[in-house]
Amino acid sequence: MNERIINELIESFGKLFLAGLKVSLPLTIASFSAGLIIAFLVALAQIAKVPVLRHLVRVYVWIIRCTPMIVQLFIVYFGLPSIGIKFNSFVSAWLVMSLSVGAYCSETVRAAIQSVPVGQLEACYCDGLTFWQGMMHVIVPQALRTAFPPLSNSIIGLVKDTSLAYSVALVEILATAQRIAARTYDYFWLYLEAGLIYLIICSVLTVIQSRAEAALERRR
Amino acid sequence: MISVKNLTKDYTKADGNHIRVIEGLNYEIEKGEKIVIVGPSGSGKSTFLRCLNLLERPTAGQIFFDGEEITAKGTDINKVRQRMGMVFQNFNLFNNLTVMQNLTLAPVKLKIMSEKEAKEKATELLKRVNLLEKADVYPASLSGGQKQRIAIVRSLCMNPEVMLFDEPTSALDPEMVGEVLDVMKQLAEDGMTMVVVTHEMGFAREVATKVLFMDEGIILEENTPEEFFEHPRTKRLQDFLSKVL
Repeated sequence: MNERIINELIESFGKLFLAGLKVSLPLTIASFSAGLIIAFLVALAQIAKVPVLRHLVRVYVWIIRCTPMIVQLFIVYFGLPSIGIKFNSFVSAWLVMSLSVGAYCSETVRAAIQSVPVGQLEACYCDGLTFWQGMMHVIVPQALRTAFPPLSNSIIGLVKDTSLAYSVALVEILATAQRIAARTYDYFWLYLEAGLIYLIICSVLTVIQSRAEAALERRR
Repeated sequence: MISVKNLTKDYTKADGNHIRVIEGLNYEIEKGEKIVIVGPSGSGKSTFLRCLNLLERPTAGQIFFDGEEITAKGTDINKVRQRMGMVFQNFNLFNNLTVMQNLTLAPVKLKIMSEKEAKEKATELLKRVNLLEKADVYPASLSGGQKQRIAIVRSLCMNPEVMLFDEPTSALDPEMVGEVLDVMKQLAEDGMTMVVVTHEMGFAREVATKVLFMDEGIILEENTPEEFFEHPRTKRLQDFLSKVL
C-alpha cells in the first residue's frame, strides 16, 4: 500500500461517507418508517381479523418474502416503465424496500402484539375503551418494547440492503466506490473502504439500540 | 338493575366438541345488592361474571342492564361497559403506564372528564386507598395487594354503577388479602352494587346480601349469608362448605 493509495483512500472516504449520509441513510430511514407503518397495518389487519383485508395482506407478505429483493428492484425500475409507470432510482428503491420491511416486520410486530397478555386488552374493554383505543394506548406500546430488538435487527439489515439499489443506478456508497475504482483500478481498497463505511454506520446504530433499550428498561 | 334471562354459554374445544359452561341461567340483581358467587372451579362462575359485561358472548339468552337489552345486536357495548367496573384476578394494570396514567386513561380518552378533573378524581381515590405516594410509579414496582387496590381505583375512576370482581384476592399472598378486602368492604358500605366471585367465605358472610352457589353451570342454591352457611339445603353445597370452611 503506497502513498498514492493512502491519499486516494483519504480523499474517497469523504465521498463515500457523504454518499452514505445523503443517499443510503435517507433511503434507510424513509423505507424503514414507511415499512413500519405497513407492518403495523398488516399485523393489526390480521389480529383484528378485518374481513377480506386479512387475506390480502397474507398474499402480500407471501409474495414479498418469497421473491428476491433484487428481482423486485428490477421489476419496478426496469419493468414498470414498459407499462408506462416510471420511478427514478431512489423512489424505486424506497418503494421496494418499504414493502420488504413491511412484510418482514409485520411478522415481528404481530408476534409482539400477541405476546401482550390478553388481560391487558380485556382491562381496556372493561374501562369502556374500544379495540383500537386499547391497541393504541396500551397494547402497541408494550408490543413495541418486545419488538424493539428484532426491529433493530431489521433496520441494521436494511442499511446493508440499500447497497442493492446500486443495481438500479442509485449512486449510494457502493456505486460511489465502484465509480472511483473504475478510474484508478484500486478495486480491492475501495471495496474495503465501502465495507468500512457500512461497518461504521451499523456500529453507530448498534450503540443507539443498546442505549435506547436501556432507556426503555428504566421506564417500567 | 341487571337481569339475566336463560343465559347459556358453550365453548368450542380444540377437538371441535362443545362444552356447556352455563346452562339456562336466570337471575335478577337489584341496585345496591352485594352478590357473592361461590362454587368449585369449572362451575361457570367466572364465565357468568364475564358474560355480564360481555367479555364473553353468551351463546343464548338475554342480559338486561337498567332495562336495556345489552345482548341485543347493535348495542354499543363500550357505552355499557363504562357503567360497569371489573376487577380481575391478575390485576391487569396497564404495564406501560404509570399508576396515575392507568387511572386517567379511560376517563380522558373517552372524553368523560378533562385531564384535570380526572387527575383530581384519581388523587382523591388514591388517598382513600392510601396509595397516593405511588401515583407516578409503574405497576411493576407495586406489590400484589397494591396492584389490586389500584385496579379497583381504576374502575372507580369511571364512576361505575356496578362493580364486578373476578376472584380479586386469589392471586395474592395471604398477608395482602386483608387490605384488598378492606377496600371492597368500604365500597360495599358506600352502597355500590357488587357482584363478587370469590373463595373468601368470611367476606361472603360479612358483606353479601345474597350468596349464590354455582355448580355445573347452574345456580344450585341462593340464600342470605346466614342461611347459606348455617343451613345449606343441597348435599352438593354441604360437601363444598365442609371442604372450604
